[in-house]
Amino acid sequence: MLTNISNVLRACAQRNGAAAVVSARTYADFTNEATFEIKKCDTFKLDEGPATQVVLTRDEGLQYYRTMQTMRRMELKADQLYKQKIIRGFCHLYDGQEACAVGIEAAINLSDHLITAYRAHGYTYTRGGTVKEIMAELTGRRGGIAKGKGGSMHMYCKHFYGGNGIVGAQVPLGAGVALACKYQGNNELCVCLYGDGAANQGQIFETYNMAALWKLPVIFICENNRYGMGTSVERAAASTDYFKRGEFIPGLRVDGMDVLCVREASKFAADHCRSGKGPILMELQTYRYHGHSMSDPGVSYRTREEIQEVRSKSDPISMLKDRMLSNNMASVEELKEIDVEVRKEIEDAAQFATTDPEPPLEDLCNHIFHNNPPLEVRGTNPWSKLKSVS
Amino acid sequence: MAASLRCFLRSGKVTVTVRDALNQAMDEELERDERVFLMGEEVAQYDGAYKVSRGLWKKYGDKRIIDTPISEVRRRHAGLRPICEFMTFNFSMQAIDQVINSAAKTCYMSAGLQAVPIVFRGPNGASAGVAAQHSQCFAAWYAHCPGLKVVSPWNSEDAKGLLKSAIRDDNPVVFLENELLYGVPFEMSEEAQSKDFTIPIGKAKVERAGTHVTLVSHSRYVGYCLDAAAVLTKEGIECEVINLRTIRPMDVESIEASLMKTNHLVTVEGGWPQFGVGAEICARIMEGPAFNYLDSPVTRVTGVDIPMPYAKILEDHSLPQIKDIIFSVKKTLNV
Repeated sequence: MLTNISNVLRACAQRNGAAAVVSARTYADFTNEATFEIKKCDTFKLDEGPATQVVLTRDEGLQYYRTMQTMRRMELKADQLYKQKIIRGFCHLYDGQEACAVGIEAAINLSDHLITAYRAHGYTYTRGGTVKEIMAELTGRRGGIAKGKGGSMHMYCKHFYGGNGIVGAQVPLGAGVALACKYQGNNELCVCLYGDGAANQGQIFETYNMAALWKLPVIFICENNRYGMGTSVERAAASTDYFKRGEFIPGLRVDGMDVLCVREASKFAADHCRSGKGPILMELQTYRYHGHSMSDPGVSYRTREEIQEVRSKSDPISMLKDRMLSNNMASVEELKEIDVEVRKEIEDAAQFATTDPEPPLEDLCNHIFHNNPPLEVRGTNPWSKLKSVS
Repeated sequence: MAASLRCFLRSGKVTVTVRDALNQAMDEELERDERVFLMGEEVAQYDGAYKVSRGLWKKYGDKRIIDTPISEVRRRHAGLRPICEFMTFNFSMQAIDQVINSAAKTCYMSAGLQAVPIVFRGPNGASAGVAAQHSQCFAAWYAHCPGLKVVSPWNSEDAKGLLKSAIRDDNPVVFLENELLYGVPFEMSEEAQSKDFTIPIGKAKVERAGTHVTLVSHSRYVGYCLDAAAVLTKEGIECEVINLRTIRPMDVESIEASLMKTNHLVTVEGGWPQFGVGAEICARIMEGPAFNYLDSPVTRVTGVDIPMPYAKILEDHSLPQIKDIIFSVKKTLNV
């Protein structure tokens, strides 16, 4: 057994420069926790950065693995359903970027707040939505998380404000949520996400100004997946150091493919906010395997070789899996079992999403207003008078 | 590509999609006047989000076809004639201050010194399943403002002729396309295939002559009106269908002339009812000589007064269907 462990340690030491230091050994089959060396973050206007030696417990590892795998499979199933025309309209898939959503959520609480753009299925899940509700929303059924009325880009749950279709528009909203947190003194913060394409929007800079001026507890996160639709970062931005674009806001550049890096950086950022220091900006360097949306094949502006290289060298799920296996934190069979369970969950959800009925026509005009007496809504012609309740 | 298409089919009509017609218009105007250039997200190397600008970057290069970052296009270009593409008009709201306060009002504020020969173009209105933030019709919003011209083509001839006119116009033109029409082929006359073919802004077209009722519409719903007319003719109801082509300045005279013949008017649009295109038509009719020719109040067929839902069944019921037009015609005629 000792030989096995030392073999594993040697193998692990060669892997991706992540040297494992076994800190605890129990008599149980698996190692309960291990310390990992992670990539150092680039910092901007910060005296120190997040820790580079992090502890991952077996339970945490299994949970991150399961969550990321669920998100991955869910997105791939959405791809399938879209091609079968069961999902329609816009569909922006998140596969490849799982470490971002999972790492962030691992560092904050469900009582914190989060807002993002349209590549939102993963966040809907980490924020508490179920796969069933998410898929049924994609297929436009009454069991969907927004009762079928929102679709792919407009999913919401408690303390998760979507799901926003207009590039960059969610950033001022995120600062507003942070303002509410400060106003109410509840020690909550808001994670406010946007992409490399949105980073050049004027409203982002207006938001930076207000957040810094008023010391709002907001973590701005730029998910830099290198392409704004079909435009690479070099062709869109005068400066691609997105973590520095806050100018007077401290920043971190983080390896967004490593869930532990994302988690540590997010923890660091959350501490910064909660200690009253004001906003902080994180750039997560990540990658999307799919094109911008389902109508973009994703290979006219980047090569298949590039996509394949990222998949083979930096896949977030593979990286976590390798770490856990090589540190004896889980077995191949155990992880396979999780895969099987995840697959079943996705299949069940897809089954529900394709068989649940569409919303009833009576729901057409509801939810225009909140807490409002019922009102009459004009239909397509003057004789069509429809009813709207809150 | 456009040139070879013309060469290949020199005699008679050809079938051209709206997308290709728009592409031809831009190609011809880029060739004709080197001050014309196109800018927008993904218009160059990606060939356009909806492929409307396909091939133009290859032909004209970086100087004339410019990919912009996602900062909604709103710049004045002294002496140049920009075509600014909005990936959809929903995004134009982020630039709307400049469209109205800079583009629309500058000629007036400068007492004619500074012209703004700019075209804002892109898809407008509902598509299929793109939900609330991507489905709004902006015809009424833009047409409300003096200083702007607002054009809404239906078929390929409209698209080509009106876009060429818009580019040649020395004033800001909001050019409202429709994504669902891009791939639809229409016949294009020999005349329309010419490089000098333009359609005047501000003039409607009678697409179908009729005697019992006037249907007025713009963009995609012109097609719906013609379909409704085809059904109604079997029941002995002859509809006159007017394609507005331009929202502002609106060709009210054409509507009045038709109404004075048919005595009944139904307007059809995809936008919301309140303060919309149909509402404006009603007001103008009341203010003019045709009012006395009405045998019944004007009927407006519009989108339902709600944000656009995603689910297909709800979306289908949020917009006018052909049966809604037929129903409204019959109610208006009291049959």
